[in-house]
Amino acid sequence: MAKMSGSSNLVAMKKVVQQLRFEASINRVKVSQAAADLQQFCMQNALQDPLLTGTHRTDQPQHYLAFILMLQGKS
Amino acid sequence: MGEMEALRKEADNLKDQITEARKVVQDTTLQEAVAGTALVGRVQLKTRKTLRGHLAKIYAMHWGTDTKFCVSASQDGKLIVWDTLTTNKVNAIPLKSSWVMTCAYAPSGNMVACGGLDNMCSIYNLKGKDGNVKVMRELAAHTGYLSCCRFLSDSEIITSSGDCTCVLWDIETGTEKTIFAGHLGDCMSLAVSPDFKMFISGACDFTAKLWDIREATCRQTFSGHESDINAIGFFPNGNAVITGSDDATCKLYDLRADQELVTYQDSGIMCGVTSLAPSLSGRLLLAGYDDFNVNIWDMLKAERVGVLAGHDNRVSCIGVSSDGMACCTGSWDSFLKIWN
Repeated sequence: MAKMSGSSNLVAMKKVVQQLRFEASINRVKVSQAAADLQQFCMQNALQDPLLTGTHRTDQPQHYLAFILMLQGKS
Repeated sequence: MGEMEALRKEADNLKDQITEARKVVQDTTLQEAVAGTALVGRVQLKTRKTLRGHLAKIYAMHWGTDTKFCVSASQDGKLIVWDTLTTNKVNAIPLKSSWVMTCAYAPSGNMVACGGLDNMCSIYNLKGKDGNVKVMRELAAHTGYLSCCRFLSDSEIITSSGDCTCVLWDIETGTEKTIFAGHLGDCMSLAVSPDFKMFISGACDFTAKLWDIREATCRQTFSGHESDINAIGFFPNGNAVITGSDDATCKLYDLRADQELVTYQDSGIMCGVTSLAPSLSGRLLLAGYDDFNVNIWDMLKAERVGVLAGHDNRVSCIGVSSDGMACCTGSWDSFLKIWN
């Protein structure tokens, strides 16, 4: 019985190693590139994001104006 | 035993290799990269509608793709499909098992699904000929509770379970097409990528895994959380993953850089994250917590920019409609609220 559980542990461990080999082999993009792309996506879609712009809420026009100014100033 | 020892050593070496490879591409941090960007102004959303009708804790909700309807599941044993514009109940579906933990709306709008402590995923046809909503399929094979489910189409659904696996099902035949095994703890949540090719799962082993649906493989594993991951979602462009955990933080992991970019945390927040949803542009992260609130984070700057306070108990689920116009929160206080 000890031999049985030993060999199934071996099989499981081989799978773990195989999976780690697979995960280690992927190509990775630089964080600077990844961050830039995330930021670009946010900026490109900002005006189409109703929760962000609040354009469909009539009770907060100042928020929208401040938002547009913020986008233009990019500061 | 020599072979086991050698395998363990190889596993440790590979883990070190992955850590090194991640460091190699870490030429900056997200914080540095967005240092010149202004923080989003204070976000103040108001409750526009309250959906009343459930008689017990709400555990899950999911928007339909047409953005008008959503489905909610409560331990009062009901699945309710709501018209969020009128607050009318389109369907009130009685469940065989009241211990429901998840629900999902099919992209077509033709079906809804739910499951929980019955270890099954039940599929309901909303568009039956006689107008009655009936169980279409009961997907049974998991040996643990059903924590989450998401439709790929009317014929395929993915489930996550307390038995530590996720499964891709053929709804037509009611059989398992693929079993995704690898997590070492209960799978608590899953999300499908915008292109429907991948999905991510968060589990009680504190990790998130990215799975290739057709190749049936785990592509990447993300660690860092110090407790169970309860909620998970994709950044809208599919290139990053957001997780929410019992460790009171949310994290953003970039898929292409294969690492964590930022942690959303605040010394004032000491309770677990139950649910999360990004806004349409990805700039805002809305996260529900055990302290009855939803915190709104600027996802790039990692700072809190708003709070949704309105529930009298834990916020258990949250979702942003596909047109980005509204956010829906569901709570243990038995109500759903629509905010924008």
